[in-house]
Amino acid sequence: MIAKSLTSGIVAGAAAGLLTGLLQLSFVQPVLLHAELYETGELVHRGAEAVSAQLEWSGIDPVRDGLSLLFSMLIFAGYGLLLSAAMALATADGASISPREGAVWGVCGFVAAQLAPAFSLPPEVPGSAHVDLSDRQVWWYATVAVTAVALWLLAFGRGHWRVPAAVVLLLAPHVIGAPQPEHFEGPVPQEIAALFASRALGAGLAGWVMLGAILAWLRRNAPEDLG
Amino acid sequence: MITALRRKALFDISSRQAAALVCGILGLGLITIAGNVQASALHAAAHDVRHANGFVCH
Repeated sequence: MIAKSLTSGIVAGAAAGLLTGLLQLSFVQPVLLHAELYETGELVHRGAEAVSAQLEWSGIDPVRDGLSLLFSMLIFAGYGLLLSAAMALATADGASISPREGAVWGVCGFVAAQLAPAFSLPPEVPGSAHVDLSDRQVWWYATVAVTAVALWLLAFGRGHWRVPAAVVLLLAPHVIGAPQPEHFEGPVPQEIAALFASRALGAGLAGWVMLGAILAWLRRNAPEDLG
Repeated sequence: MITALRRKALFDISSRQAAALVCGILGLGLITIAGNVQASALHAAAHDVRHANGFVCH
């Protein structure tokens, strides 16, 4: 059981991470590179001259984009292991989750790991104003954890108390509030920042749905003698 | 006899729970290293992916 959970989590994560990485390189990376031109001052927003909103595709950077694919696979392998852990806890011995149900698991993983933190700390383009990193990381981990617990209560909890309890857990990180900067200082046009945030979340959702479906398929079909 | 049974029950976590524990710890470690550790080489290599996945990056 341990070996099967581990290998299916890692393999599904690597596969979904590769696909998500390609999606990100196609749709998210060009927006990030555009923002970096404003971060470095190569382009200046609201300067003396109007700047074209169009940007030529800068091509593939083999090292940078290759590392991005690699780290996308690593991060999704981490997501896959956590989702595999949750699936192992949720399924009785001998039962399994269908790939369609797995896709719903993926949506829930996306809500916990990406949408919930983004509700108060949106995916940032380079050059955004920010405050102390470790404060935001603590808030990020806490938000992912309590959101995951809330979703678990909604899905598997018993008794009516689970609904108000889940609502409190879902709202708490955002009522307490993420660490916010004192001043705005971002040099990147809002159009680029908004496009980046929505593209990042959209690619993330696609990635998590693929992860959930592939993982459920592997957990169901991988040979049992794997462990 | 009863004591022996109790002791067994205390340590007898199911294989599903053991799998969840091992996967959970490794997954959390992997996400922390790939997504959140700020060592400079790691940060540079993972930079674009961290931004794209909504990790806190800078």
